Amino acid sequence: MQVPKELMYTDEHEWIKVDGERAVIGITDYAQHNLGDIVFVEVPELHAQVASGDAIAVVESVKAVSSIYTPVGGTIVEINDALEESPELLNQEPYEQFIAIIEMDDPSDLDDLMTPEEYEKFCQAQG
Amino acid sequence: MKESLKRTPLYEMHQEHQGKMIDFGGWELPVQYTGIIQEHHLVRTKAGLFDVSHMGEIQVTGEEAEAFIRYLLTNDVTKLKDQQVQYTFMCYPDGGVVDDLLVYRYSPQHYLLVVNASNVDKDYQWILSHAPEGIKVTDVSDQYAQIAVQGPQAQEILQTISDIDLSTIRFFWFKPRVLLAGIECMVSRTGYTGEDGFEIYLPGDKAVQLWKKILAAGGDNIAPAGLGARDTLRLEAKLPLYGQELGPDITPLEVGLDMFVKLDSGDFIGREALRQQKENKPARLLVEFEMIGRGIPRSHYEVHKNGENIGYVTSGLHSPTLGKTIGLALVQSQWSEPGQELDIMIRSKPVKARVTQGAFYKRSKK
Repeated sequence: MQVPKELMYTDEHEWIKVDGERAVIGITDYAQHNLGDIVFVEVPELHAQVASGDAIAVVESVKAVSSIYTPVGGTIVEINDALEESPELLNQEPYEQFIAIIEMDDPSDLDDLMTPEEYEKFCQAQG
Repeated sequence: MKESLKRTPLYEMHQEHQGKMIDFGGWELPVQYTGIIQEHHLVRTKAGLFDVSHMGEIQVTGEEAEAFIRYLLTNDVTKLKDQQVQYTFMCYPDGGVVDDLLVYRYSPQHYLLVVNASNVDKDYQWILSHAPEGIKVTDVSDQYAQIAVQGPQAQEILQTISDIDLSTIRFFWFKPRVLLAGIECMVSRTGYTGEDGFEIYLPGDKAVQLWKKILAAGGDNIAPAGLGARDTLRLEAKLPLYGQELGPDITPLEVGLDMFVKLDSGDFIGREALRQQKENKPARLLVEFEMIGRGIPRSHYEVHKNGENIGYVTSGLHSPTLGKTIGLALVQSQWSEPGQELDIMIRSKPVKARVTQGAFYKRSKK
């Protein structure tokens, strides 16, 4: 299981890359592996205002429906349309494919995120 | 995983193939090995190997076994010859379904009923409670492992380890004593995938040995397939699943399976209710549909028409073979015509779907 060192993580298995005022959000290798073959992505609404903890997208595998939650509040400034046509990209390259880019209202939302080391332990504990 | 889960005789094989184990109605079984879609395609193009040992087997014997089974089930068992198999329903007096099952006739005095794993105890009690004197009902589920080999190459692969010509077993027939890799098995040409294939019944302590022999015989043309692929394959072929398309509150007529309900050849439990329903036409019917809008219909999503709730989705999926998103729904019968547009409520939003007919997967017959 890959856990890139330059990212931060949530306990819902999203990864976050901070780029100035912007947070890039995706799903982790652990998440895609556990979901199995991903067959549908409902992408977020561009320009939507979201609060920390909101469900912003839905990822469906053959067997499961899973919501994607944003750990940061703000405005969705970019979405990844390619996932509508090719949802399997999330299985193939989970860290290359983002779900949303959010312009953060309050960067202190990032304080609760896990480091790669913490996230790795968290996953191990989940089995 | 809970301690109390039951394991099949093939558990060690699932470990060896790194199956992703889940709790399936109290059984610890693999939902997938390499991936559901990959396993699905392998069954459609070559062959897949399934552990279906969790299925239940109930033996019914006795001088009057045939008459008893006719009374117990909706299809006409008296039409069967020895070594023939029949798909049928066991119904409650109100026409709701106790279970859907396969009947294997060894002789008019000896039948084997193959039932859904989650229903074994309920079925056994139900059958026992109706059995007259002289009929012996035995739950023999623990005596059998069951392996399904499904796919266009199933026969070719099994033939290399079989002592008989497998082409002599026709669709929905069986042979009680076939030697596969030297192991005595009961083999039927049946399955739950929409492909050609066989279901093999054998003693549990021989299951691992046979499993390995079949994989070796098939080489690259066969691989284990899990419950996930079993579900996508059966749904794509429009085969009903108990608990979704069938249940105590759903009759066989509502899901359009009238051909397995023989109202005019002897009495059976549920006959009166089903006859009335047939005369009055069911108020709701199972429809096939194809998504027009984007989204995946899931079991129990509501179906709306003109803003009114008219039914619910029983099963749905993005079909790996057909490349489109399809489903089955039980809806008020006035909306069941092919071409009808319906709304599937996905996360509280209506998404357009169209009622279809014959749009599901059918294998091309040789």
